[in-house]
Amino acid sequence: MAILVNSGTRVVIQGITGREGMTRAQLMKDYGTRVVAGVTPGRGGQDVYGVPVFDSVAQAWEKEGPIDASVIFVPAAAVKNAALEAIDAGVKLLVIVPDRVPIYDVLEIASRAAEKGVRFVGPNTLGLVSPGKAVLGMIGGRAERAKEWFRPGSIGVSSRSGGMTSAISYYLTQAGLGQSTIIHVGGDAIIGLSHPEIMELFEQDSETELGVMFGEIGTTQEERVADLIGNRKFTKPLIAYIGGKAAKSGTRFSHAGAIVEGSRGSYETKVKRLREVGVHVVEAISDIPKKALELVQRRSA
Amino acid sequence: MARLFEYQSKKLLARGGIPIPEGEVASTPEEARKIAEKIGQPVVLKIQVWLTGRAGLGGIQFASTPDEAEEKARRLLGMKVGNFMVDKVLVERKLAIKAEYFVGLVLDDALKQPVLVFSPAGGTGVEEMARLHPEKVARQTIDVIKGFPEYEARNMLIKTGIEGNVLLKTADLLTKLYRVARENDARSAEINPLVLTEDDVVCAADCHIVVDDYAVYRHPEMGIEVAREFDRPPTELEKIAYRVEEKDHRGTFYFFQMVENAEAADKYIGFHGAGGGGSMMSMDAVLNHGFKLANYCDTSGNPPASKVYRAAKIILSQPGIRGYFASGSGVASQEQYHSARGLVKAFHEEKLAVPAVIRLGGNFEEKAIEILGTYLKNIPGVVEGYGRDDSPEFCSRRLEELVAKNSGRGHRVTPFFEVPVPERAYIFATLTGRIAIDQSKCSLCRTKGCVEACAYKVLKLEEGRPVLAIPAEDAKRGKCTECLACEIFCTFHEQDAIVIHLPVAGLEEYRKRIIDSEKTGS
Repeated sequence: MAILVNSGTRVVIQGITGREGMTRAQLMKDYGTRVVAGVTPGRGGQDVYGVPVFDSVAQAWEKEGPIDASVIFVPAAAVKNAALEAIDAGVKLLVIVPDRVPIYDVLEIASRAAEKGVRFVGPNTLGLVSPGKAVLGMIGGRAERAKEWFRPGSIGVSSRSGGMTSAISYYLTQAGLGQSTIIHVGGDAIIGLSHPEIMELFEQDSETELGVMFGEIGTTQEERVADLIGNRKFTKPLIAYIGGKAAKSGTRFSHAGAIVEGSRGSYETKVKRLREVGVHVVEAISDIPKKALELVQRRSA
Repeated sequence: MARLFEYQSKKLLARGGIPIPEGEVASTPEEARKIAEKIGQPVVLKIQVWLTGRAGLGGIQFASTPDEAEEKARRLLGMKVGNFMVDKVLVERKLAIKAEYFVGLVLDDALKQPVLVFSPAGGTGVEEMARLHPEKVARQTIDVIKGFPEYEARNMLIKTGIEGNVLLKTADLLTKLYRVARENDARSAEINPLVLTEDDVVCAADCHIVVDDYAVYRHPEMGIEVAREFDRPPTELEKIAYRVEEKDHRGTFYFFQMVENAEAADKYIGFHGAGGGGSMMSMDAVLNHGFKLANYCDTSGNPPASKVYRAAKIILSQPGIRGYFASGSGVASQEQYHSARGLVKAFHEEKLAVPAVIRLGGNFEEKAIEILGTYLKNIPGVVEGYGRDDSPEFCSRRLEELVAKNSGRGHRVTPFFEVPVPERAYIFATLTGRIAIDQSKCSLCRTKGCVEACAYKVLKLEEGRPVLAIPAEDAKRGKCTECLACEIFCTFHEQDAIVIHLPVAGLEEYRKRIIDSEKTGS
């Protein structure tokens, strides 16, 4: 099963002729992702690694048939336009890889996406991979590495740090534990699918037996995962690591921020809330595979 | 997050049609006096710093006459609060206050929308108030596509008991505040207190706006030097680093200076992470080994070799560091040899004499480690390269051992040195620098390995010499990715005919100052 992406997912790459777009098109194709088209306005008619390039998403849809997901590799300032274009063309899942997308652009994308029932990952994401099935984005970098580092299995991984997404999954693989889907939700303050939404998807996924979450200080994502568990909307075992313990907490400037977020956001409240609802919060990354092994063995016993 | 000072925030409000008290910002006591004279009424003087609770710090003073304003300004200017040296005071007409409210706009990560918060009790106790009497605080979620109509503003105010003429004026102000926030890409915009004066004007007595770092480029008029969240003004070196980041959007480069003067005895090191999560994990590991960080640097998101090179040059502009530690998540998707080449060029130029432990785990780490091992054998300092199966703890321990062997020597900053280019060299520009090839040496070259090393096929051979294979404009536009492979090959395997010049604006002068101050012993 896995979540969000499967071997059947039909994918378009927006910005396929750029530096990153081209390199990661090769990753996705070589891995086995069904990349049916690329889009770069003005470059219609070309092809990149055998993927036909079109001038628009609508045109790609018309010529190549329905598109399930779009992976976006355009410059940050052009992301809003590209995302809205894909939404309007009818694409239901976007993966927004670029970093530095202005935050109000993200809010506009979020508003339009909510209205049209569209999900998006990112911005500032490495993407996601359902091992053995398909990869969206740039996680793994090259197909042969992605195949070596990530193996099919029953652990769902969700992380706010790109590098740690791969690192945790690689260490799980080393410990003999495969993954259902691995997702880097993105490093920005406002993102599309965040930890709680991903956990809800893992809950529905029959293949996922155990969740691993790499959280960080700031935002309310981890607390909202705790709320989900408290409301029995996520019932599978969950291992969590929260980064940023040593980070100096910045001077809190905004009273309005404090009113909206309450006491959420700090390392201590995140760890406390998660532990209260039975999440296995570990102190070191190397404890994640150990704990996962223990939980998997306990489950099968 | 780029913070604006109160006086800057208020200018944005005024431009958006929101009433602010009459006043101006002063940098000298004399200026303060002139502003007070112009106002012709009692004034308030407020220090311009990024700190809350200024009144408690003595940073807010009242004056009834211009003489008094000058005297108070003299006391405030030059005052040290937190990490700030006060260099500006805002001089404003003193308000006759009938009521104080609170209004603030933030972006809610759960709703993925802006939320406006209004409280009829303003001032310092507003958070407490929200906790104890949530019913008295109104919140309104705003749809960024639909906007914020005035009736929504009125409805939220009515809930808090605001009525009559004040209701209309405040609702108008709230819709304008949202527009100001939106137009200026504010991550937060807060007026506390929002004041109702004795003559029934609703006016912003204070204001803090924080601008989205990623949108600062849309607002050159704001004059934000470093779009980063700091609790103090940026250092010279941070400004230099930020200019690199601003001019090169390939990958990200974050540089934060912890200390300006890293005494060798204190076990300070240069820290070069890759990616937020991996950097934090690596930072914890080195701190656990008794090191202190002279800086916190993070190059990630697939930066080219040239950017990593510049980051290393900036880190190595800090005298006294006893080692160099680079480590990211360990399993990076990006090709690691780019970073390796950037470090090779920087460490060579610096003739690095302190030990360096470089953990470049991830894609093509074998090649990256080989590059470090092959080309950094002959510099004075020991450089060790590691990969994904070597933990940050292990690497920190290695650095500790190497530093101990290096008997306490700290890094010395050297003058910035530019390799001279022969007059008739073949030169072309790249996105952020230039490549010069002394083709007179190429006849001695047997391998022509530079062309082969160029993965992006920017170079080709013409009569046995490397020349551009693509139009010069394309090379300048970024087709040449500044991967440094041609230069490294030519320098170490052939005739040393290729010189890639990657300027770092301001670094030459900065280093000169550092070296001069070391000479004078200050």
